[in-house]
Order: sequence, then structure tokens, then C-alpha cells
Amino acid sequence: MSSNEMTGMTTSSGEALQENRVPIWRLRKAAANYIALIPYLAFALFPFYIIAITSIKSKQEINNLGESPFWASGIAVENYTFLYTNTSFFEHWMVNTLIVTTVSTIISVTVGILAAYALARLKFRGVEMFGVAVFITYLVPQTLLFLPLVDVINLIDDFIPIRDTYWSLILTYPTFLIPFVTWLLMGYFRTIPVEVEECAYLDGCSRLGALFKVVLPMAIPGIICAILFSYTLSWNEFLYSLVFIQDEYAKTLSVGVFTELIRGDIYFWGSLMAACLLGTLPIVILYGFLMDYYTSGLTQGAIK
Amino acid sequence: MVTGTEVGGAASSPPLTLKSRLRRSIGPDLDGYYFILPTVIIVFCLILYPFCLAVYYSMSNAFIGEETHFIGLENFHYIIFEDDIFMMTVRNTLLFAVISVVFKTVLGLLCALLLLRIIKLRRFLRGAMLLPFVAPTALTTLGWWLILDPTYSHINWIFEHVWPFSVLDVGPYNFLGEPTLALGAVIFVNVWRGLPFFIITILAGLVSIPDHLYEAAEIDGASIMDKFWKITLPLLRPVLAVIILFSTIFTLGEFNIIYVLTRGGPMNETHLFATYSFTAGVLNHEIGLGAAIALFLFPILVVTVILLLRLVRRDSQYEL
Amino acid sequence: MASIKLTNLWKHYGDVQAVRGINLDIGHNEFVALVGPSGCGKTTTLRMIAGLEDITGGEIEIGENVVNEVPPKDRDIAMVFQNYALYPHMSVYQNMSFGLKIRKTPKEEIDKRVQMAAEILNISELLERRPAQLSGGQRQRVAMGRAIVRDPVVFLFDEPLSNLDAKLRVQMRTEIKKIHQRVQTTVVYVTHDQVEAMTLADRIVVMNEGVIEQVGTPNEMYSSPKTHFVASFIGSPSMNFMNCQLAKTAGGLAVRLSDDLSLPVPEDRTARYAPYADKEMTFGIRPEHVTEKRPHANGAQQDIDANVNVLEPMGVDTMVFFNLGPTEICARAEPTSVSEVGETMGFTVSMDKMHLIDPSTGAVV
Repeated sequence: MSSNEMTGMTTSSGEALQENRVPIWRLRKAAANYIALIPYLAFALFPFYIIAITSIKSKQEINNLGESPFWASGIAVENYTFLYTNTSFFEHWMVNTLIVTTVSTIISVTVGILAAYALARLKFRGVEMFGVAVFITYLVPQTLLFLPLVDVINLIDDFIPIRDTYWSLILTYPTFLIPFVTWLLMGYFRTIPVEVEECAYLDGCSRLGALFKVVLPMAIPGIICAILFSYTLSWNEFLYSLVFIQDEYAKTLSVGVFTELIRGDIYFWGSLMAACLLGTLPIVILYGFLMDYYTSGLTQGAIK
Repeated sequence: MVTGTEVGGAASSPPLTLKSRLRRSIGPDLDGYYFILPTVIIVFCLILYPFCLAVYYSMSNAFIGEETHFIGLENFHYIIFEDDIFMMTVRNTLLFAVISVVFKTVLGLLCALLLLRIIKLRRFLRGAMLLPFVAPTALTTLGWWLILDPTYSHINWIFEHVWPFSVLDVGPYNFLGEPTLALGAVIFVNVWRGLPFFIITILAGLVSIPDHLYEAAEIDGASIMDKFWKITLPLLRPVLAVIILFSTIFTLGEFNIIYVLTRGGPMNETHLFATYSFTAGVLNHEIGLGAAIALFLFPILVVTVILLLRLVRRDSQYEL
Repeated sequence: MASIKLTNLWKHYGDVQAVRGINLDIGHNEFVALVGPSGCGKTTTLRMIAGLEDITGGEIEIGENVVNEVPPKDRDIAMVFQNYALYPHMSVYQNMSFGLKIRKTPKEEIDKRVQMAAEILNISELLERRPAQLSGGQRQRVAMGRAIVRDPVVFLFDEPLSNLDAKLRVQMRTEIKKIHQRVQTTVVYVTHDQVEAMTLADRIVVMNEGVIEQVGTPNEMYSSPKTHFVASFIGSPSMNFMNCQLAKTAGGLAVRLSDDLSLPVPEDRTARYAPYADKEMTFGIRPEHVTEKRPHANGAQQDIDANVNVLEPMGVDTMVFFNLGPTEICARAEPTSVSEVGETMGFTVSMDKMHLIDPSTGAVV
């Protein structure tokens, strides 16, 4: 007991010492550190600022080239009302994106959980080869696949009408989501002690029982991370959506904005920027709440 | 006295059931196949089959609405020996990938080192730095388009109105209209978008270097520079290697930034494999040609994957 | 409650043979400890009994049934793991009731059993907590509680105390013994700590390199080890071993340790050792049987003098290291009677406690 009190005293007095005498060179170093980060911060946030500020300018103000483009004289909502009244932005693109993103995330995370569990835990012939195959598919760029996938979609369209609908995206997004989710979750499952699962077997659980009652509840951070990543990746997807969808009402956000709002040589910069801001916002908000999950998932691939 | 060793092997065990014989040859977890079945189906139907289809197309004269014929290596012969745009694409891809990965690595390392010592505003700063990576690329690139647009360019406005540029008579530049500037612009935006991945990953690598190594070096009299070159960099090497390879793969396959900013122009001078393949295959309906162009990515991809797998394996051994 | 019978049990991992044909009978309500160095196959054996590891060859019977093909969930076994393996997302109560719930035990019954087990283990106030909020010792108790609640036919322990600090380990050891006396189940207890095995078990099984070296009660293991390995493994500090020659003398046999040092073999062992006369043997004697010079209690005790190399005071006794012939050995002496380092000291060796090992077979003769 007395030794505990002793150590307690020494640490508290040590802290007090540090607080009283922060050397000036250390303060200066810290300040330099923050100042050196300013250019990075400005670089990262600059386009977001421009997008936001332009979206609240009136058309006249944007076209007044003598004025500073870095500041707005007032807040105009005309760009936003334009999006609502003259385009399919809210009514179709936003809704389509939400549907595609949600459904393909559900599919990918479910399928990915099963595959990742097998890779992390089960021993059977071919499991290692399967792991390598998943890793390779994770790295196969969409560039290689978008042309033949058009044919695959046409092939399926002969039986189920999916061509030129968002179902073609729901079908194809899992091709890049599942490998990623599997890889991510495999890492998480491996951090769960095998003994806990074995204990569940001894307690009377079947394989699926142990997976659902013990492993998955313990892997919740990993699953949140997987959902967040699939959501972001499919929300941001551009190429497949651009290639597979021509119908204006079936388009997703990125492609709708890019193909329908840019017409001819005169661009409606204000409404374009308003659309960019609104299309970015949901992801940014989501990520604001769950940033720590996002960073852990992002670094896991490289660190582990 | 030793019990039992004299009895040889498993010879005297009871007759095996079919299940236990299967388990012996396949492994203890037969149900593993059910778990991977959905993934296997999807990989086969939507990745492997289309990939084989792509290989077939690349050796055919596939054209939308016409009959397809096998034409051997004619497409490859054409793009390698007769197609100037393709040569430019190869050059662009190399320049694009090398320059932007180098910038991302150096800037990412610097920024991670700065962020490492930050205590106040830590979450806010990291979050802000990550934004370009999370936001939809196509949309944020539209923002850059406005910034770089010849008429509305914010940069040209600075050149015109802000001292000392206003006196020096710099610009205005047509950033997306001149080939060299346009290539520079897409590289710039790619660095902007990919930098956060480097910052955050390198930062995680830096955090994992134990403090006592630095303390030991300090006691040995090492300077800040010594510590960086002798401890930080060598220990960061595996992390750097992995992210550089990852980033290389994704940079080589880049489509969104180029397509939104320049569409490969001006005069097809800023195409990468992805945009050129898209232009040939989708816009010009020459599917065979488009597939052949995209396939050039494949050997590069294979080499990178092999390198990556080796690195990942070696590092895991290192951990043990 | 059931007996366990292992018959010619084998386990291969690829080319590695972890368990090489062991036979073992464990009786009703018996407490058996499997002990041995790491990698000796003790944990693998335990896991095969639990069904967590496939059996390469041989048979395991629990009760009267061969369970080779029975999955772990149907074996009615509870196991306490080294890292406790508590479900981190469940409260202590949920942890303890999980197994019963899976087996669809009525709610009142579950409640009754959990309360009873919690009482036995003194964790009644902890039932609503999560594992993360518990200390190491408390987690250990919950892990045992989870097993007790199930009232299984067999209780398995896999090095349950090795994650606790030394003091708590001794305390929990006593507790486990008390609990076994109270709940009366067949227990198989794996440990690498021979003291734990000695204090807890009815019978000890010493394993080495995948085979059983010896099975016996703690006292048998201590006083009559059957192999060099068991002799060296059981007892702390461990037995002294010296190369010697078994020489014939006028009166019978003597252990010849060096040119000028021979110790006569007690008369009652002469017949037993006679076949090994004139052979190179290994002489073994425990430190507690080499003491400071004392008046002889029987005719078998012998006095020797030697220079003290090192002293290790332990409180009750002092360990004295000195050279006997070419080998350094350890003696256990009364603290007040030891000499300074470098000085000569007299020792009494109790030759009636000696062991003689045939180095060609490793067997104690």
C-alpha cells in the first residue's frame, strides 16, 4: 500500500514540474509544427471551399470576372432551387445512388463475412489458393472489366431486365466490394481469440451459432468499418455507372451531375457546384461520425 | 516405463467413416466450401469470365452491332506499331504514375511526420487531411475543373490581381488546353486526391515504431536527422513498400480524374490506359481495340501483385 | 460425471507427431494432471478430449461411448482456457448462462445454477459486469463459474493459472482444489508447472515428446520416478545428476563419482543394482537429501567435505552449490550452519534416497 502511495506522489509531482517549466524551445517547435501544416490543410480543403462558395453565388456574380472569386457577396439559393426544379438530382439520382449503395453494401458485406471467416479460421484444401485469388481480384482494376461486363449484363438482360437500370450496378459493384470487404474482415476475425470461439462450441454452439452469437458481436467494429468502406466506394463509383447507364432517370449522382448538368459550352457553374456539394455531403457526414473506423480500415491493409 | 509407443501408427484405429476419410484428405473444416461458395460464384461469373471475354475481344474485331471475328494479334500489332495515341498513352501513364507516386510519398511522409507530434486538434486535422480521399472523386474533380477553367480560373485570377504576380505579367494559362499543363494538372489533382492515403498509412506506421528505439538513439547521441535516416526510414520501409505498390496499381488504372478534367484531351494528349480504352471501346464502339488497350495493364498488374504478396508474406514472417 | 479412456491415441500435424500413441484411464471424479514441458503434447491431448482437434489415430471414450466422431458441442464437456476466453460482449451472468441457454434449460433453472456457482466462487456481486471490468483473478473465477454452471461430465483445464501473478496463482490453486472437492467431477488439468500438478492432482501424468513417461500419485512421482525425465522434471529445485561408475567393493557396491570419491550403496539396494555393476551410470540425488553435516539417522547416510561455490538463501533453507567430482551440485542446508563461499563445509548425503539411472535407456533402475 505504502509503495503505491509513494509512486502516486512521485508521478503527480513530476507532472507538476513539467507543467511549470515547458521549455521555450519546445513551445517554439510545436508552433512551427502547426504552422508547417497550414499549407497542407489549405491544399486539402481548397476545392471544397471553392465548391461551397461558388454554389451560393448568383449567376451574375460568378460571371463578374473582375470580382474576387474567393468570396461571395451574399447567399443565393437559386442554384439549389434549379437543381430541384430543373434536374433529376433529388428525385432520381440521389434516390438511385442510395438504393444502389445500400443494396450492394448489404450483399457485399454478407458475402464478405462468410468468405473472410473461412479464410481466417477454417482449414480445408484450397483455402490458401482462395485467399490469393481474393487478393488478386481486389487489385484487378475496373478498367480491365468494364467492356466485357457490358456483355455479361446484356446476357443476363435476356432473362431478367437489368440493362440500363440501377440493377446492373447492384450486380457489378460487389465485384470490387467483396474482395475489399473480405480482405478487411479477415484481418479483424484473426484478432479474435480462437479460444472464445472454441468455448462457444463446447457450450453447445454449431458453427453458424458460434459465428452469429460470438464471432460477429466481437467483430462489430470491423463490420462497421466494412459497411462504411463499401458505402463510400459504391457512392463514389463512376466508371461502371457511366458505361452501363444511359437512361437519365436511372443514373447515379456522380454520373448524372457529370453528364446531364454539363451541356454545351456554357456551364451552369453555380448549380454544378451545388450538386457537387450535395453529392459529397452525405459521405462526409457519415465519415465525420465514423472517422476512426475509416482510418483503422484504411491502414490495416498496409500495416498488417 | 513408456506406455503405448510400441504400438505402431494409426493402424489399429477403427474403420473410418466417409466423413472422416474426407476430413483427412481435405482438412478438418468441410463446411468451409459453403462459406466461400457465394464469393467463388461471383468471382467466376463477374470477374474471371469477363476477364476471359476481354482477352477474347482483344483478339477480335468486335464492333457494336456487327459480327465478331477472331483476328489474332492484329489489334495489338495495330496499337503498338501504328497507333501514335497509344504510344502517347504509354508515355503519359508512366509519367503520371511515377511523378504522382513520388510526390505522394514525399509529401505524405513529411505531413505524417508533422501530424505525429500534434496533440491539440489532432482529430480535426487528420479528418480534414483525409477529406479528399473520402469525397466522390468525380464530383471534387469538377471543383478542380472550375478552379482550372481558362475563363473562371481562380489561379489565373490571382496571377492577374494579386501582387507580385500582377506586376510580373504571369499568365493567364490555359491549364487544361495545353498538353503539358494539362498533364501537370491531372497529376496535381491525383496527388491531391491520393495524398491522404499516404499520410494516414505512414502515420500509422510511424506510431507503431516503439519510442524506446528513439530514446536509445538519443542516449547514443543521435541527431534528429540521424534518427530519421537510421530508425524511422528503415522501420517504415515495409509500410512504404506496400503503399507505394498499392498506390501504383490504383494510379495506373486511374480514370475519373482524367475523364472529368480533360477527357484525354487536348488532342488525345493526356490519355491513360483507362480513358483511352473507354474512348476506343465505348465512345468509338471498337470493343476489340478497347479491350486490347486495357489488357496492357495486366502484365504490370501481375508483376505488382507478385511483389506485393512477397512483401506481405515477408513482413508477416518478420512479425513472428 | 464419467470416466475417460484414451486408447493408442495419435495426433499428426503434417509431418510433426504431437501425440504418439498414448494410453490412459481416468476414473470417475478423478483429478488428473497432465504435466510436461511445452510441446510435449499435453494440450493437444486435452484438445482431442474436448473435440477441438481431430484424432489422427486411436480412440477416446467418455463414459462408455467412443467420441472420436462426436462434435465438441455434443460431448457435454466444459473447459477453462489459459486466456479465460470469456465472451467480451456479454455480462458475467450472460457468460455463465450461455451454455445453458443454448441447451434450452428453463430460465428458473439457469438462474438457480448461476446464483449457486457465483456463490461458490464468490462472484455474486460481479454478475452484471462485463469481462473487461474484471481483474485477472475475477476473470479466472468467471471462467470456472461458466464451467461449473454447465455441470458437465468432464471438466478440462488448459493451464488456467499461468496468466495470474505468483501470489494469486497459489491462492487460486487452493480454490480449485476446494471446488473440486465440492462439485465432484472428472477433471483433466493441463499445466507445465509441476508444483501445480503435485498439489492439485489425484494422479499425475508426465508427458514428454508426445508420449507418457509415467503415471502415478504425486508421492509416487516424487519418491520413485521411473525415468530420467520424470526424475528431473518433478521436484523443485530439481534433482542433481552426476555421471558415475557402479563399482564393486568388499561390502557390496559403491557409486564412484571420481578417483577419490566413492559413496557406498545402501545394503538393501545391492541386489537391485547388482546387474549394473562396473557400468557407467547416472547417479541422482535431490538437493533436500544432501544437507549440512548431521548426526546419522540410519546407516545409509554418508559424510563428505567440499568447498562452497555459491550460496542462495531461501529463508527456511539455504541452497549451497559445491563441486562433487567434476559436477556442480546443489544441497539444501540449515541457514545457520552454512560456511562462507570458498570455505570447506561438511555435508551429509542420504544414500537411501538415491536414484540410479541407466543412461542408455534413460530408465531409473
